[in-house]
Amino acid sequence: MAINPDFLGKTFPPGEPYEISRVKLAEFADAIGDPNPLYRDRSAAVHAGYPDVIAPPTFPIVIGMASSARALADPGLNLNYAMVVHGEQRFTYTRPLHAGEVVTAQVTISDIKQVGRNSLMTTTTKIATLDGEHVCTAEATLVERGGAG
Amino acid sequence: MSDQVNYGDVEVGTELAAVSYPVTRLSLIRYCGASGDFNVIHWNERIAKAVGLPDVIAHGMFTMAEAGRFVTDWAGPKAMVLEFGVRFSAPVVVPDDDSGASISMSGQVEHKLDGNRVALALTARSGDTKVLTRARAVVRLP
Repeated sequence: MAINPDFLGKTFPPGEPYEISRVKLAEFADAIGDPNPLYRDRSAAVHAGYPDVIAPPTFPIVIGMASSARALADPGLNLNYAMVVHGEQRFTYTRPLHAGEVVTAQVTISDIKQVGRNSLMTTTTKIATLDGEHVCTAEATLVERGGAG
Repeated sequence: MSDQVNYGDVEVGTELAAVSYPVTRLSLIRYCGASGDFNVIHWNERIAKAVGLPDVIAHGMFTMAEAGRFVTDWAGPKAMVLEFGVRFSAPVVVPDDDSGASISMSGQVEHKLDGNRVALALTARSGDTKVLTRARAVVRLP
């Protein structure tokens, strides 16, 4: 069993637009144990030059989650999620995401390869505003371990 | 929370003061909920072991979030992260006890770039194990 190589290059249509809320950003910051006021105190964020509270650097993964979950759940992809570990992750940012904006995430399967018994798959997720302004690109490499099958 | 670091204050080789962050089973459950990633290996010991892991492991993204916190705490509120990448080289194994595990971060300024940017090289360990490799961030400082 390996990831279906026919999915290489496939781009999934963006899902529902994602509205970034202050509550969600504070919840996420709490979950990572980060007390930074930029993530929960609007006046601190405004003082630092932002329109509202901003997102921690890894928050874009949450926005991409719904879109990438849909991609990963495609039965044709043949991915065994319990055997998946995260291999690499990379973000490039135009600017931080902030509360009050609405964005979409478009997922492309940018690489699939077999390394020994493991399958590696890289997804590239582009997060942009509804006006098309690029905010962040997230590149994830997932490893489907082949050892225990 | 940190003071603001300015571009002129740092040199290649400037060390980021090391910090250790705790991670418990509760951290992982909260992260499952906040992130939407409910992969069973992050909360179910029975299944984690059945698929060949030593125990429940932290989300790679939880570890990366701690690395991000390390960078943003060092850089200060007026800095902006432009690039951030890691390779997850080993899992952070989180035992079912009161102390859990820890993620120990250290780092240094690797390059000074134009446009007030600095490239940071980061190291993350849990116990003696290096849990992130190729961990780099590019930050724009005031």
